[in-house]
Amino acid sequence: MKGANNRWLEQGDDALDRLIAERIDSPVPETPAPRPPRKRRVRTVHIPHALYLALALLLCLGIIGALMQTTARLPSFGNPDNPTNNEVSRRYLEQGLEETGAVNLVAGMILDYRAFDTLGESNVLFVAICAVIILLRLQQGEARPDDTAWEPRHDLILRTVGRLVVPLVLVFGIYVILNGHLSPGGGFSGGAVIGAGLILCRLAEGGERMGKVLSFRTFRALSTGALSFYALSKAYSFFTGANRLPSVITPGVPGRIFSAGLIPYLNIAVGLVVACTMYALFTLFRKGDL
Amino acid sequence: MELVMILMLVFTLACALFVAFTRNLLTAAIVFMGQSLAMSIIWMLLQSPDLAITEAAVGAGVNSLLLFIALRKIHAVDATAEREEAPHEGSK
Amino acid sequence: MSLSNYEELAAIALFGIGLTLLILDRNLIKKIIGFSMSDAGIYLYLAARGYVEGRRPPIVENGVTDAAAYINPIPTGLVLTGIVVSVASSAVFLALAVRLYERYRTLNLDEITDRVRKEEE
Repeated sequence: MKGANNRWLEQGDDALDRLIAERIDSPVPETPAPRPPRKRRVRTVHIPHALYLALALLLCLGIIGALMQTTARLPSFGNPDNPTNNEVSRRYLEQGLEETGAVNLVAGMILDYRAFDTLGESNVLFVAICAVIILLRLQQGEARPDDTAWEPRHDLILRTVGRLVVPLVLVFGIYVILNGHLSPGGGFSGGAVIGAGLILCRLAEGGERMGKVLSFRTFRALSTGALSFYALSKAYSFFTGANRLPSVITPGVPGRIFSAGLIPYLNIAVGLVVACTMYALFTLFRKGDL
Repeated sequence: MELVMILMLVFTLACALFVAFTRNLLTAAIVFMGQSLAMSIIWMLLQSPDLAITEAAVGAGVNSLLLFIALRKIHAVDATAEREEAPHEGSK
Repeated sequence: MSLSNYEELAAIALFGIGLTLLILDRNLIKKIIGFSMSDAGIYLYLAARGYVEGRRPPIVENGVTDAAAYINPIPTGLVLTGIVVSVASSAVFLALAVRLYERYRTLNLDEITDRVRKEEE
């Protein structure tokens, strides 16, 4: 401290000005809060690192060995008489088409018989994106290293290929979602494809243009709207409490695009949630905002 | 079919071991992406096309992208070459 | 020890490598990759248990609704949702790792715990 004072006493006025400017610009160092006089004793057990490594390796190898021993004694792989192929799966396979109207029995299972489960999964996605927003979204006036400045902006190859590929990716994603009850796919896979397409679009066209199309408000409205639609449209079976009450929405003719009752609409809702989540995760990591 | 399956399983395990022993984080992320692609072929061989589509889009696509961006944020990916010129363009 | 369950054995090996990486590696990113890898091992195990030799995927073809024609759809449904959820959870982990790096400028878990302990004292 004394040395610093002497320095600006000896030097001229401009040095003084510079020093003051430095002081003003530099952030005020936080004064540490007065510690209570009580000295907290932190008891730490110091395990030698080599011993720790050996013990952890032994634990992992033990777990793997036990699991492998058990697996080797299980009924063999691919055998139709395995106890996993029990009456539950038989029921889904034999009655699924008639009861849900979905040709893709997996979609019929996760969006009709086990729709409550899928609502929970979509909520997990929503909670995860909320956690990432809390952790990474920039507050008002908070400056954090923003690496969007180094995004490729006028990259000819990326833009040209992006213009060619993005529409195809988006159309394929929409096809996968809309045909979720007829062919492999559904809300989860189609939503992920659309999310990846949106990310590619953002990389090719730049953040500002995409930010206008899909702002934070749009994202919020889409996500919460899709989740609420899902919850409300399945709510009737939760409230009536029976799984075989006749519904006003009939399964229809299996194989048509407008069939399988609510499954196509639920697929669209799940797809919206997944696509928005994937895109929002990317932009939150990238920029700290949508 | 069984041969392809065993090949894919061996490839998956080799990728896993490589990720475990490499020091470079970027290499680990890229090899992990390759492992996800092999997993999606395994789903196809296990007669679960739903899983194959999801794994290809999610595991190989979005998960790896998030890893790459996180690596960029923590400066594990060297971006000095781009930094020389790009910020001027960005300030426009 | 028979090798007829080679699929499941590979799944366990994958899970084991992921678990070892999660416990033993000090780098947070490697830990996250290890977590995702053990996820993949669990999904492989589940899907392999549902597979039945010589049957088709559970998508009704030509109106055949015989249970002997298709594989078990239940593991597929479970894994389908699980894959998407594991990406969401690893995104949360990555966000936490990025914030830890911004605060402590390191990804080594030992250094971070040391510095947290020093700050507390």
